[in-house]
Amino acid sequence: MGLELYLDLLSQPCRAIYIFAKKNRIPFEMRTVELLKGQHLSDAFAQVNPLKKVPALKDGDFTLAESVAILLYLTRKYKVADHWYPQDLQACARVDEYLAWQHTTLRRSCLRALWHKVMFPVFLGEPVSPEMLATTLAELDVTLQLLEDKFLQNKAFLIGPHVSLADLVAITELMHPVGAGCQVFEGRPKLAAWCRRVEAAVGEDLFREAHEVILKAKDSPPADPTIKQKLMPAVLAMIR
Amino acid sequence: HLVSGEFSQFNILQKVSTLKDGDFVLTESTAILIYLSFKYQTADHWYSSELWARFHAHKYLGWHADCIRDTFGVPLWTQVLAPLIGVHVTEEKVERNRATTDRALQWLEDKFLGGWAFLNSQQVTLADLMVLEELVQSVALGCDLFEGQLKLAAWRDVEAFLGTDLCQETHGPILNILEQTANKTVLQPPPELSLYMLFYISRIP
Repeated sequence: MGLELYLDLLSQPCRAIYIFAKKNRIPFEMRTVELLKGQHLSDAFAQVNPLKKVPALKDGDFTLAESVAILLYLTRKYKVADHWYPQDLQACARVDEYLAWQHTTLRRSCLRALWHKVMFPVFLGEPVSPEMLATTLAELDVTLQLLEDKFLQNKAFLIGPHVSLADLVAITELMHPVGAGCQVFEGRPKLAAWCRRVEAAVGEDLFREAHEVILKAKDSPPADPTIKQKLMPAVLAMIR
Repeated sequence: HLVSGEFSQFNILQKVSTLKDGDFVLTESTAILIYLSFKYQTADHWYSSELWARFHAHKYLGWHADCIRDTFGVPLWTQVLAPLIGVHVTEEKVERNRATTDRALQWLEDKFLGGWAFLNSQQVTLADLMVLEELVQSVALGCDLFEGQLKLAAWRDVEAFLGTDLCQETHGPILNILEQTANKTVLQPPPELSLYMLFYISRIP
């Protein structure tokens, strides 16, 4: 059995890994784990990732979780082009810096935007107060500004002239609120231009393919009560 | 040695560790630690060249960012920093944080310590350093994190590995924070920091 990637393209980090693997022609078996059906909570999946989250990787007997770890593993094992995770100490540190920063900032804001705007009311049938939604969208706004001011600045890509893991992780995060109907690029021409460059760098067809699921999130049918009960604790822990 | 000034008053409020190496400025403690380990060719165990060990460290660091960061620092906010700007954090949030902390500690013991002496490793790594500093943050505020957690209590030997003098030097300010609060010797934050502090407090789940 070769490389297996356990993914659900509804999840931001899964999309980053999917695009990265496909773009670099890394051969893998796609093992879809449907989050909205609670498949990540099964005992079978826990054998692959005891943390019960996607993405996860299985390469022979070796299992790995956490998207940054998986991306770095793939980078190293398949000897991808240097620009993804440069050998140069300072350039590499910049990628590390972005990957560390985004966990509690962009990841958090984008996840909350999707769940508060769409998934709670549409999928779980749980109303979200206008105040809560407004706070979440305001926080997203602040984070997007930080992304522009602190990381992108006037560069073509987040760490310099070439696309890297940082751009891939960032763009797949931003597609979460886009999937929720948020106009993240409105009034942000720099970010919009950067987005177009990243799409061109990975290939528009691949980008579209990876984002088909999230762009249909608004049309998710409501969860049945058993699934809802099963998912609620994990969702609340994730959204905090 | 490694991260310096992380527990100075200024940095507690800013919640940022920053490195400046000539013109090169870097933030985020994980990035800084990795940079330092490469640049100064530190002993291999900190950031192992053995790939599986390195990726296990990154696996831990990913989980750490989601579940440890912003969790163990909450008692400092609720007991010291919020009161400095006249804000009271609700008992409900304090309780919720306690429950989240307990769950995180259990996961740390079960999923990452397991049968290892240190996190996913028989030797001290950058991951252990990251965890130690988070836990000390809570311990300093009177939280007894190690009670009933035998593996975690044993893991605390990482402090012996680092050396008592270094630990005392680094942890001195934070371990004195309650005393300073009682004596009202904690520096009053400048007004421009209040908005940032309010934003951070509002994010406490």
